[in-house]
Amino acid sequence: MKLKNWIKSLPYSQKIAPYVFISPFIIVFLLFFIYPVISTVIMSFQKVVPGQTTFVGLDNFKNLLNNDFKKAVTNNLIYTVTTIAVVIPVPLLLAVCLNSGKMRGKNFFRAVLFLPSLVSIVVAGFTFRLIFGELPTALLNSIISHLGIKPIKWLGGPAQWTTFFALLTLCCWRWTGVNVVYYLSGLSNIPNELYEAADIDGAGSMQKLRYITIPLLRPVTVYILTISIYGGMAMFLESYMLFNGNRSPGGAGLTIIGYLYRLGWEQANIGYGSAIGLTLLIFTLGINIIMLKYAGLFKKGE
Amino acid sequence: MILIFIIMAVITLTPFISIFLASLRPGKELMRQGLGLNFDTSVMSFNNYAYLFSGQTDYFTWYKNSVVITAVQTVLTLFVSAFVSYGFAMYDFKFKNLLFTCVLFIMMIPMEIIMLPLFQLIIRIRLIDTIWGVILPFVAGPLPIFFFRQFLSGIPKDFVDAGRVDGCTEYGIFFRIIMPQMKPAFAAMGIFVGMNSWNNFLWPMIVLNSKHKLTLPIGLNALITPYGNNYDVLLAGAVFSVIPVIILFLLFQKYFIAGMTAGGVKG
Repeated sequence: MKLKNWIKSLPYSQKIAPYVFISPFIIVFLLFFIYPVISTVIMSFQKVVPGQTTFVGLDNFKNLLNNDFKKAVTNNLIYTVTTIAVVIPVPLLLAVCLNSGKMRGKNFFRAVLFLPSLVSIVVAGFTFRLIFGELPTALLNSIISHLGIKPIKWLGGPAQWTTFFALLTLCCWRWTGVNVVYYLSGLSNIPNELYEAADIDGAGSMQKLRYITIPLLRPVTVYILTISIYGGMAMFLESYMLFNGNRSPGGAGLTIIGYLYRLGWEQANIGYGSAIGLTLLIFTLGINIIMLKYAGLFKKGE
Repeated sequence: MILIFIIMAVITLTPFISIFLASLRPGKELMRQGLGLNFDTSVMSFNNYAYLFSGQTDYFTWYKNSVVITAVQTVLTLFVSAFVSYGFAMYDFKFKNLLFTCVLFIMMIPMEIIMLPLFQLIIRIRLIDTIWGVILPFVAGPLPIFFFRQFLSGIPKDFVDAGRVDGCTEYGIFFRIIMPQMKPAFAAMGIFVGMNSWNNFLWPMIVLNSKHKLTLPIGLNALITPYGNNYDVLLAGAVFSVIPVIILFLLFQKYFIAGMTAGGVKG
């Protein structure tokens, strides 16, 4: 009887309660995260065919040294670098302008720029696919025809840059507003006294931007940089929607996840798919750890 | 300077305007002409919307499914994540830092990497083609846990001690004293989780395969064919899937902006 009562009261003790509170996380973490990660690691050394699974050592990883995978990695890298070159400096400047006090309609422009992030990638991708359509009457081609430029086959056309331009436009359209909001909240944390002191020292607005604003916004910049690298290397649905599926002419829109998806699902080559997943996992983890170490985000979170 | 912003606003709004204009015209024309900015009112009509609302398509089944999944996922994720975050915020226990590092660790891994084994697991535990298969793997969301923990660290522990003195159980303290104070955090995270759920595409597409269980993004995606025979429904349907979100955004802008950017600067 005593024991029964003791067991009953156990979850109410202050020692045990924290474990009860975090138990849902532990269950989800072990079942839906650690288990899949471990099976990814195991399967990446296997050839998995329904009914029989054979250990193939590093064969899957050796297979990665092919042109499709190289193309996919190159595409993701170019995409990541070009998007970062736009979605960090442009929102920073926009936020500084919106915050300058002289600006009217701050909330209106912030809301408008923010709107695209509410649209699902299916609708956004479909719309941009039509905007970048190859017909002369499609929106972008009809605009450039006014400038005297012939219609361009934007998506998967002969020149690679047109595809990247479409992907980049879609990315900027969706994320500029979000990043502006990040920077605006960062700006609101900069004490006004710093600018007043700079005024007394006779600093111009460019100098204030360079020596006060940009350095003090560094944590925001590092955060956006981290999620942009993450998003850039894992980019898949943008290309999937623009090309209406996982096939693009000449692999113009092939991405690492797209390649994983093609092998894992469309060709049921699960072992090989897992090797791609594991490679990307190690890569994103490495990038994140480097970023966190340099930015000191761990300390900030504590 | 204001001119730059007006140009930016026009560019940002152009896709919205052009897809709305296209939804007022027959889908066949889109195939022939592509998406443009044609303001010719003589060919415009609400026929596509009339067809959409006539109930001859699966559209409102998808709509209903999306509403259900979004509602269940949001409520469940918020509740579970708040429960977990309370454990992290208010107690000291063994392995706390290690476990919290695990939360951060999940945040850093793109879900697509583990989708193959996760899919096999969902089949094995018989959650395939159910909304639980869509929802449960993400029910202890790392970002909500992180966000709630930050929020709770701003609530004095005196509340907890006072609750203990008054004879509340550890769980009573959470449910009766702490949870009511978390409303602003719930609002921000509710929008974050809800938006992600409403727009979620890849994982639901993998898990759900019965035609009557599909959600809006999957259904709309299925209508995109090279032949364009469904574009009447697609265009009106796409617009009609975005409009409620925009209305909610305009009404609760402050919360939307707080929620959608919650992962960012914490102060």
